[in-house]
Amino acid sequence: MTDATTTDVAITGDHDHEHSHGLDDKGYVKIALWLALITGAEVAWSYLPVWEDASGLTSFAEVAGLLVMMAIKFAVVAGFFMHLRFDNKLLTRLFYSGLVLAVVVYVIVLTTFEFWSS
Amino acid sequence: MTDLADTTAVGAHPGAATHDHTHVTATGISNEKVAMWAFLGSECLLFGGLISTFLLYKDRAADGPVPHELYDIAFTSISSFVLLMSSLTMVLAVSAISRGDDRALRAWLLVTALLGSIFISGQVYEFKEFLNEGLGFTTSPAGSAFFTLTGFHGVHVTIGIVMLISAALLSRSGRITQRNAEAVEIVGLYWHFVDVVWILIFTVVYLIK
Repeated sequence: MTDATTTDVAITGDHDHEHSHGLDDKGYVKIALWLALITGAEVAWSYLPVWEDASGLTSFAEVAGLLVMMAIKFAVVAGFFMHLRFDNKLLTRLFYSGLVLAVVVYVIVLTTFEFWSS
Repeated sequence: MTDLADTTAVGAHPGAATHDHTHVTATGISNEKVAMWAFLGSECLLFGGLISTFLLYKDRAADGPVPHELYDIAFTSISSFVLLMSSLTMVLAVSAISRGDDRALRAWLLVTALLGSIFISGQVYEFKEFLNEGLGFTTSPAGSAFFTLTGFHGVHVTIGIVMLISAALLSRSGRITQRNAEAVEIVGLYWHFVDVVWILIFTVVYLIK
């Protein structure tokens, strides 16, 4: 996904320059179409007949597939629309520090409340 | 907002080439932008807490339905699509101001606000349907967790709409121009964050059974 978008779309501005401008409008439209496509795939995936009465590995595959698509959408919006790919890396570290901290803290909370076993 | 609009810095984009480099910081990034990113990082903790609470309580209802019995996935998918497209129009607004195209900026900002309003209308409709089906804020722990999470997100979207309309008005009065394009970019960061939070909510709350 990321490779496709970076090769297909024109990059404006100078990558070597610290203050790169990101993509051109056509590039953003292409990314939005990809995001819409992934959203459609997510919904279709959640309705696959194979998940009916799923348990064990099958159930894990259903959830894992959805989480992977969600993570791709998240990374694409943060990277391209929020310009993290083109901006100072300090901003990426600042944002993802909060995100990683949140994930770690709440995985611990859910584990404490025995969420995974239920 | 005025201060935000009036201050520019090294490291700002788009339109960085036209900025007044009068507010140089040690990092090369404006304080306003760093502050917004730090705020968004902290918001991850807020929404992480709300999502975790929902996951813990989603099946807890002594009487009445639980949220996942009432979801209309087709309807919510369309709402999600609308919010996703609002991120596109927002980034086109940022692109417009970087070119110095004020008319296009205002048009895209207003389209983004309109798409946000459509999303909020959909959420109000969904809440009303859930209430009719017997799931209210105080009906059960599941209801409380669901309405708190999606309600908090809805409030964020509403605040974003106010910011978008304010930016459009400031642009109309000439207080946001290409010179201080970073103000629009910072509003955009908030708006995109609201979108990425919905990406999480849509998958974790609605799609994962």
